[in-house]
Amino acid sequence: MNAIKAINLTKTYKNGVRALNGLNLTVKTGSIFALLGPNGAGKSTAVKILTTLSAADSGEGNVAGFDVAREPGKVRRAIGCVAQNSGVDAESTARENLMLQGHFHGMGGRELKTRVSELLAQFSLTDSANRLAKTYSGGMQRKLDIATALIHRPAVLFLDEPTVGLDPHARSELWDEIARLSKAGLSILLTTHYLEEADKLADYVTIVDRGRAVAEGTPEELKAELRGDWVQLELADAEVGKRARLLLQGLEGLRDVQISGALLYARADQGATALPRMLLALQSGEIAVVSVRVSRPTLDDVYLRHTGHTMTQAGETKREAQVE
Amino acid sequence: MTLRDMTHLVRQPWFVALMLLQPIIWIVMYGQLFGRVVELPGFHATSYIDFITPGIVVMSALFSSSLTGIGTVNDIDRGVMDRFLVSPASRAAIIIGRLMNQAIVTVVQSLILFSLAALMGARYPGGLVGLVVLLIAAILLAVPFAALSSTLGLVFKKGETVIGAVNFFLLPLTFSSSVFMAQGLMPRWMQAVSEFNPVNWSVTAGRAALASNPDWLYVITRLGFLAIFGLLCGSAATRAFQAYRNSS
Repeated sequence: MNAIKAINLTKTYKNGVRALNGLNLTVKTGSIFALLGPNGAGKSTAVKILTTLSAADSGEGNVAGFDVAREPGKVRRAIGCVAQNSGVDAESTARENLMLQGHFHGMGGRELKTRVSELLAQFSLTDSANRLAKTYSGGMQRKLDIATALIHRPAVLFLDEPTVGLDPHARSELWDEIARLSKAGLSILLTTHYLEEADKLADYVTIVDRGRAVAEGTPEELKAELRGDWVQLELADAEVGKRARLLLQGLEGLRDVQISGALLYARADQGATALPRMLLALQSGEIAVVSVRVSRPTLDDVYLRHTGHTMTQAGETKREAQVE
Repeated sequence: MTLRDMTHLVRQPWFVALMLLQPIIWIVMYGQLFGRVVELPGFHATSYIDFITPGIVVMSALFSSSLTGIGTVNDIDRGVMDRFLVSPASRAAIIIGRLMNQAIVTVVQSLILFSLAALMGARYPGGLVGLVVLLIAAILLAVPFAALSSTLGLVFKKGETVIGAVNFFLLPLTFSSSVFMAQGLMPRWMQAVSEFNPVNWSVTAGRAALASNPDWLYVITRLGFLAIFGLLCGSAATRAFQAYRNSS
């Protein structure tokens, strides 16, 4: 049985925004699954539906063996969720937050007290346990969020953009903790727009763009799809992009030439030898190149290949669309 | 859940002090200011402090419960509401917890006020029974208004809206009731309005119960109206909560 299964989820908000357009995903029990995509891709919406906070317009969601629409109560008992904006009650102490959450799950008495102390120790919060949560640093609040979500020993943990706003030290601490939790058998679904996070943590990644899955696989599988080096050329003039592309497409050893704004991307079997030929070809067409980059493929490259734009560009476009 | 709200409250000693101090000031100030009003023919009361105390009790129940929505907005803003909704806590408990807290606060506040008034010379033939009825009347006013305030918080999700509504509605509601002024001395149209004013139901029920030979039928009908009002407000809050969950 899979920890989570989403089949063809769709959701359109009242303001007309189509957040999910037939999203499918499967999370194997005991694995870390990353839902990767820019802001506005529908990741948080998917999490809201799978954690029973929201209802899908159509499609099915199954979490820990229960249908999210038909048995929400059972789903809630089996999951922990850490939302993007912290759900920590800032005016209460860590201990109080944990005790209250325990009561929600029907725990109590000595068992609860022991569990709370256990979690406080696990997340290094024992010393600050009786201080108000609003005095905690961002990293500590996040840890308290996670501890709260785990109080009832759920089978599945949802993390929505868990490291946003954290400093690098707190972030890497959190990554270690997430990896530890997974080793202990927890099934984890995390959403992120940080490629490095998905690459480092996830056993399996689904890339989403505009409410649909556009690529999926292990991080290695996804990067291996792209053989060779990535060559990125920044043109001086975005207008000549199409012409530049045509000029390069005929070159030997060059594949998947794409243009995105003023950036020209291509895959070359041998980046070092392909580059001079590319520059020559563009020079003959009187197209100026501002800068050049050659690198091994990253998940952003995978994203670009499947969607036609980079993740940062996608995030910006979404923001512009929303402002309109 | 109720415990959580109470702990928050107790952690803010300034807020608690202000909450209690305000009605105390009201009693002293308005008592002195309007004291001579009792001498108006047709007032049907001999001591203004006797007259005004149930009014102040009810008025402070009204004002402090109407600010409940701000707590709701804070919870929504901080993601705490969503955390509650993802947990197996019953949907009802989430709203009711806050209302119960308000009921308890109302009782404590009212008792303190009443004791102070007694120290200032207020005397009530109705005795303990009358006091209990007054407390019930205060709770039956506080809980519906807390529910209404939460409704505003859930619908508009802004603290300013809650405060704006409080400022706009509460004073007229108070003055078009017999909190300060005997009903018989109000202009005809205000008398009519006050018949439908929950604040008035609460204060007249309380006063009647504290009098000698209370008219129990009168008291029970007023409390009944308040209970119905409470159910309506409760259903509004439930609907608003539903809508909030559906809009996620």
